[in-house]
Amino acid sequence: MSAPWTDISMKLARQEGWNRPPVVEPDGEGELLELAMGPHHPSTHGVFRMDVVLDGERVIKLKPVFGYLHRNHEKIAEGTSYLASMPYTDRLDYFCSLTNNWAYALAVERLSGQEVPERAEYLRVILAELTRIQNHASTIGFLLQEMGASGTPLMYAFREREKILDLFESLTGSRMMCNYMRFGGCRVDATAAWLAAARKIVAELPAFVDEFETFLRTNEILMARAQGMGVLRPELAVNAGITGPMLRASGVNYDIRKVDHYGIYDRFKFRVPLGDHWDIYDRYMVRMLEIRESIGILEQALKDIPSGPVMDPKAKIRGFRPKPGESYGRIEAPKGELGFYLISDGSPSPYRYRVRPPSLINLTVLEDMCLGHNVADVVLIFGSVDIVLGEVDR
Amino acid sequence: MAVDEGLKIELGKQGIFVTSLQELYNWGRRSSVWPMQFGLACCAIEMIATTMARYDIARFGAEVFRPSPRQADMMIISGTVTKKMAPQVVRLYNQMAEPKYVIAMGACAISGGPFKQGYNVLKGIDRYIPVDVHIPGCPPRPEALLQALMTLQKKIGGQHLTGEDRPRFLDAKAQGEFPVPEQGGHDLEPTSNQGVWPVPLVIR
Amino acid sequence: MKTVNEIKAAIEAAVPGAKVEMVTNPGPSGQHSLLLDRTTAAAVAVFLRDDPELAMDFLSNLTGVDWLDKEITEKVKVPKQVVKTVEGVEQTVEELVEETRKRVEPGYLETVYHLYSMAKKHGPVVLRLRTANRTDKTNLPSFTPVWRSAEFQEREVFDLYGIVFDGHPDLRRILMWDGFKDHPMRRDYVEPDDFEYEPTAHDEVLARAQAHRAAVGMGITPQETGK
Repeated sequence: MSAPWTDISMKLARQEGWNRPPVVEPDGEGELLELAMGPHHPSTHGVFRMDVVLDGERVIKLKPVFGYLHRNHEKIAEGTSYLASMPYTDRLDYFCSLTNNWAYALAVERLSGQEVPERAEYLRVILAELTRIQNHASTIGFLLQEMGASGTPLMYAFREREKILDLFESLTGSRMMCNYMRFGGCRVDATAAWLAAARKIVAELPAFVDEFETFLRTNEILMARAQGMGVLRPELAVNAGITGPMLRASGVNYDIRKVDHYGIYDRFKFRVPLGDHWDIYDRYMVRMLEIRESIGILEQALKDIPSGPVMDPKAKIRGFRPKPGESYGRIEAPKGELGFYLISDGSPSPYRYRVRPPSLINLTVLEDMCLGHNVADVVLIFGSVDIVLGEVDR
Repeated sequence: MAVDEGLKIELGKQGIFVTSLQELYNWGRRSSVWPMQFGLACCAIEMIATTMARYDIARFGAEVFRPSPRQADMMIISGTVTKKMAPQVVRLYNQMAEPKYVIAMGACAISGGPFKQGYNVLKGIDRYIPVDVHIPGCPPRPEALLQALMTLQKKIGGQHLTGEDRPRFLDAKAQGEFPVPEQGGHDLEPTSNQGVWPVPLVIR
Repeated sequence: MKTVNEIKAAIEAAVPGAKVEMVTNPGPSGQHSLLLDRTTAAAVAVFLRDDPELAMDFLSNLTGVDWLDKEITEKVKVPKQVVKTVEGVEQTVEELVEETRKRVEPGYLETVYHLYSMAKKHGPVVLRLRTANRTDKTNLPSFTPVWRSAEFQEREVFDLYGIVFDGHPDLRRILMWDGFKDHPMRRDYVEPDDFEYEPTAHDEVLARAQAHRAAVGMGITPQETGK
C-alpha cells in the first residue's frame, strides 16, 4: 500500500497477461478431481454453477457457469414499450427492486431530457437508501449462514427487512416487485403518515445495527475464516470493472453517488468507507459501515423532504416516444454500478435495451480470489461477492 | 374406511382414542413434509421469508429444508425454470424418494409467467413433471405459500391407501421417474412430456 | 475532461494511422461516440487506458447491437432521353428526371463501449466498433487484454449476437447452453415453435395455432376453424 493503486496498475500494464488469473500448480501427488458445484447447491444465491478442479481440497482452476436464469429480458424489452419494461426491471436484482427502477428511470430521463420534481428526488433517495440497508443486512446474513451460523444472523436481518418491506408495501403496493419509479418522478405520493412511520423505523435502525455488530464483529469464527481470505488487489479490481462495496473494500474510492452527482445526493453529508486489507472481512465491514451511512442519509432526507408534486407535469405517460438518440444512465445500486444503455429510434419501444449487470462483472475475478484456497472458502468468497442471479443472467 | 365422528367423540370422552390406519398414516405424513431447498429466482426470496420468524413455515411441519433431494419430500419450484435448467429440475425430481410432491410457486413455474415470450424460458414446469399445487402470484405472498402447504396437507390427508385411486407411491406399476429432456440445437427435445402434460382438445 | 472532439484529436495524434469518426447522438443526452476502425482499435484502447490525462482505466459497459440491412428508397435525378414537343415539333431531349430508386444498405453488428476513469473520476467516453457485415465477416478485436471487465461481456456478445472477438482467452457461450446453435438477440431470430394451447384463439394467435397444428399433424379443433 505504499504506492497508490493507479501507479501500480500503470507499471503492471506493461506486463503481458498481468490481468489474467495466476496458474496454480498441483502438489504433484494424486489425481485431480473435477467437481461441478451447482446449479443446485445449499448456498442461497440461486442457480449458479462453478466448475472447479481440485487437488485434494485446494482449488486449481475455477470456471463459473451461469445462464440458468437467462430470461431474455433484453429481447422482451425490444418488443414492449418503455413503461412496460419497468416491472421487468424489478425482477433483475430481485432484492433491490427500487434501485433497479431508479436506474432505468434515470436512463430514460437522460434519453428524453425530462426533469424530476424535488419531492420525487427526495422520495427516490429515501427508498434507495432503505433498499441498500436491507440488502446489505441480508447479504451479511447469507454470508454468515454459509460460514456455519445456521440461520440466526439471517433471521435478525430478515426481521429488519420485514419492517422495511412493510413500508414498501404501504407505499408502492408490493413487498418486493415495487414498480414505483416513473419517467419524470414517482408513481404515487407518500402521505404524512407514511413519512412518520418511516421516521420511526429509521430511529430504531441504529439499535439493530449495534445489536447485529455486537454478535458478529469480534466473533472468532468470522475473524478466523474471513480475515486474510479472498484478497482482491485494487489494480485488478479497477481493471476488471468491479464496482460497489467489493471495490471499496479493495481500497478504491469510487462511489457513483459522489462521482456522478446524480439525483440530489450532493445535499447529503455521508462518508464512503474504504477497506485496507482487501479481504472478506473488509467487505463485511464496508457493508456494515455503509448501512450506518445510509441511516445518516435517511435521517437527513426525512427531515428535509419538501412538499410538492411527485411527477413532472409535462411528462407524457401514454404514447411515450423519446426522440432518436441513445443514453447511458447509471446509479450506485447496493451491488455495484447498475447501468442501462438505451438506443431509441423514435418508436414506442427501444431499439436496443441493455442492462449493465454489476453482479456479472463482479464475478470476473472470482477465479483469481479463489485459486489456492480450500473448497469451503470458495463458498465464503463467493458469498462475499454478493451476487443475485436475476441480474447476472437477466 | 372412516370411523363415525359422533362415536369418536363419545369414546374420546371415555378416554379411548379410535382411528383408522389410513388416518393415522396420512396424519403422520402430512404433518412433516420436508421441502427441498430449491430456489430458482425471486420467488425463492419469498420462500426464504416464509421460513423466517415472521411467517414461520416450521409450525406447519416443514421444519427443515433439506438440500439433498434424497432426504426431501416436497420440491417447491420457486422461480422461472429456464430451458437450460429444466433437465436439472427433472433430474432432481427423479432423485427424490417416493412419496414426493411438487408445489409450483409463482407465475413463472406455472406457465412461464411474465417471461413467457422467451427463447430460454420453459413455459411451465408441468410440461415435464406432475405438479400437485399451483400458487399464482408474482411473487406470491408468504401467506399464499402457507396456504399452498395447507392445501397440500389436505390433499395428502385425503389420499386412500388401497383401491383404484391410491397414490403413485403405493402403486407398483406407476411411473415415478420421468424422462429428462435433452438440450438440442434450438430448443429442448422433446418440448414437453405428453404423458404429463396432454394438450387438451376443445370440442364445442 | 476533454470534449469528444479533443479526445478524437488526441487519439489521432497518439496512434498513427487511427481512423476515428465522430458519431453524433441526436438526443438530449449529449453522449457522442467515436467510431474506431478494426485494425487500430486495440492500440487506441491501450492509449486511452494509459494516457495520464484521460486515464480510462474502467470499462464499464460493452453492448452488442444488431443493425439489419436497410432498404432505402431515394429520389435521384437521372439524365434521360425524353420525348417532348417543342414549338410543335417532336424532339428527343436530354433532361433530368426524378426517379425513385431502392438500394439495400448492408447491415452490420456493432459493439458500443462505455469507458470511465476511476483515477480522475470522469467519463463517459463512448466508443463504437462495427463489423464488416452480418454474415461471414463478424470479427472484431478483443479488449480483454486491455480491460479484464470485457471478458464476460464479450462472451455474452458472442453468445447472443455472433461477433467473434480475436484475442479473447476463452471465447465460448456464456448464457445459452453449449449446443445451442442460434444467436438469439439478432433482430431476425425466429423462435422455435413452442406453441401452447389457447382457449379463445383469434387473429395472429389463431394463425399460429393453425400453423402449429398443421406442423404437428393433428386435426384442427372445431373452435379453431377461423370463424
